[in-house]
Amino acid sequence: MTISSPQRDNVDLLPGDAGDQPVLVAGGTSDSHTWNLVYLQLLIEEHGRRVVNLGPCVPEDLLVEEAVAEQPALVVVSSVNGHGFHDGIRMVTRLRARQELADVPAVIGGKLGITGSSSAEQVAELKAAGYDAVFADGVDSGGIDEFSRLLFELPQRLRV
Amino acid sequence: MTRARTGFGAFVREAHERGRLVVQPRMGMSDPERMRAGLRATRKADATTVGTLTIDSYTRVGDLESARLALLEGAALNGYPIVSHERRTTEAVLDGVCGPDFPVQVRHGSAAPEDIIRALLEVGLDASEGGPISYCLPYGRVSLRESVAHWTAASELMAAARGPGVEPHLETFGGCMLGQLCPPSLLVAISVLEAVFFRRLGIRSISVSYAQQTNEAQDAEAVAALRALCSMLLPDVDWHVVIYAYMGVFPETEDGARALLGAAAGLASRTGSERIIVKTVAESQRIPSIEENVAALELASDVAARTPYAPAPLEGNAVHAEARALVEAVLALNDDLGQAFLTAFATGLLDVPYCLHPDNAGESRSYIDTDGSLRWSRIGRMPLRGIAESRAARGLTSSELLRSLSFVRRSYDGMAAAGVS
Repeated sequence: MTISSPQRDNVDLLPGDAGDQPVLVAGGTSDSHTWNLVYLQLLIEEHGRRVVNLGPCVPEDLLVEEAVAEQPALVVVSSVNGHGFHDGIRMVTRLRARQELADVPAVIGGKLGITGSSSAEQVAELKAAGYDAVFADGVDSGGIDEFSRLLFELPQRLRV
Repeated sequence: MTRARTGFGAFVREAHERGRLVVQPRMGMSDPERMRAGLRATRKADATTVGTLTIDSYTRVGDLESARLALLEGAALNGYPIVSHERRTTEAVLDGVCGPDFPVQVRHGSAAPEDIIRALLEVGLDASEGGPISYCLPYGRVSLRESVAHWTAASELMAAARGPGVEPHLETFGGCMLGQLCPPSLLVAISVLEAVFFRRLGIRSISVSYAQQTNEAQDAEAVAALRALCSMLLPDVDWHVVIYAYMGVFPETEDGARALLGAAAGLASRTGSERIIVKTVAESQRIPSIEENVAALELASDVAARTPYAPAPLEGNAVHAEARALVEAVLALNDDLGQAFLTAFATGLLDVPYCLHPDNAGESRSYIDTDGSLRWSRIGRMPLRGIAESRAARGLTSSELLRSLSFVRRSYDGMAAAGVS
């Protein structure tokens, strides 16, 4: 549903020791969809990660504030309303503009355009804007597995 | 029930009296020419239709700067930016298309809709939809308190537009909520409560929504419950029921998508509903084309025309018992219904399963039973003890959630693959 088609070349997204750093999940700034975010939270929690779920329609300011406050191991932007490409670029641009967030791993996934599939150019633009990985719908399949693998690669906190 | 003489509600009532289900698309393009072409195609479809201006999501969240920027750049939006387009642009879109024989409704999804309401009234439109609960909790970041204030103001703006030949119409979106996995009794309760909210603010022409869920018999019970509660609580309102074709994860196959839409149209006709909002075969992939929308409108109209009226009884109707308990509990909280909504959610009297909004208690959970019915696994603090059966169950895993969310897709794609229609 939300995430498919891995378009990433950076398999070393991970900081050395993440401790109990959460994964920050955010819907696109103009995207009201929720199920993708509920699903991602469950999926990420099953990988032993605490989730801070910012919910749908996350303003850029809120994303930056929360990222500074939470020091997340990973920022996940999810969008399915067709504005994900534009929203996503603005969100990551603001994120990267903060010095302390310059290196936080960030990925985006979903249905990012209104045409049903994202072009290679759009994926490249999203990466150039600051995403470490792009899981864009309509280019390939098996993205959930790829995303799942990425989560397993994150340093795990102790499961108690 | 009183009868509106003019406008959206009157058009739907007259069609119903002629035995016709009114069919309506979800449709919004940022380009005025294309928007006009979409309305014209809807009007010309071989069915009794009303038109839709679906507003883009920048305008919906109040980010008018982005909407204007997109127009300047010529970038396509996912809807018609009614606040950002010049008034005369929208008038030209509607000119000669929208009229007494083809009313147009503005659909938007905003928790703060005053700008949108003003813009639609300015160009002579008088029908919209939403609600303080249904356009707040599932979406966005506006608090319920703010949403109630915005929707109070918006409803009053609409009501104040009443005049000779103008009877403003509002539709509740409460019958949808998160689109799927919300047990029908809560959908019915919220839809009814939003209708009463609109009425108390002066709206006299109202439609109540119900979105097709996962089990046809349960859906039929839900619509019967909705009608019974409206008859009881909206005696001086011209009201009708609008069915939404399934709002969750849609079948991927064309046959599956058509069968699901057909089932929604059948539900509408059997239950005596007056209007339906369709989905298309493209739904699982992208925003549908005008042609796909017209095909969906005609399919829904055809199925409805050959499905006889056969409503579900109220006797033994579990959805009705639950919905009535929820509605009565909320109405008893406060004469100011907006305040009652705030208390209801703050105390978990109403609690939407899987809703992430901070003003939702988040203690209720639901699941799809073996027969496809939606049931409560946890009722939280809702006043359903002894009324609803709930099974103590652990929470869903991510893969179980995905399976539940795709239950309808799998069922209908599976039937299509097996050649069952």
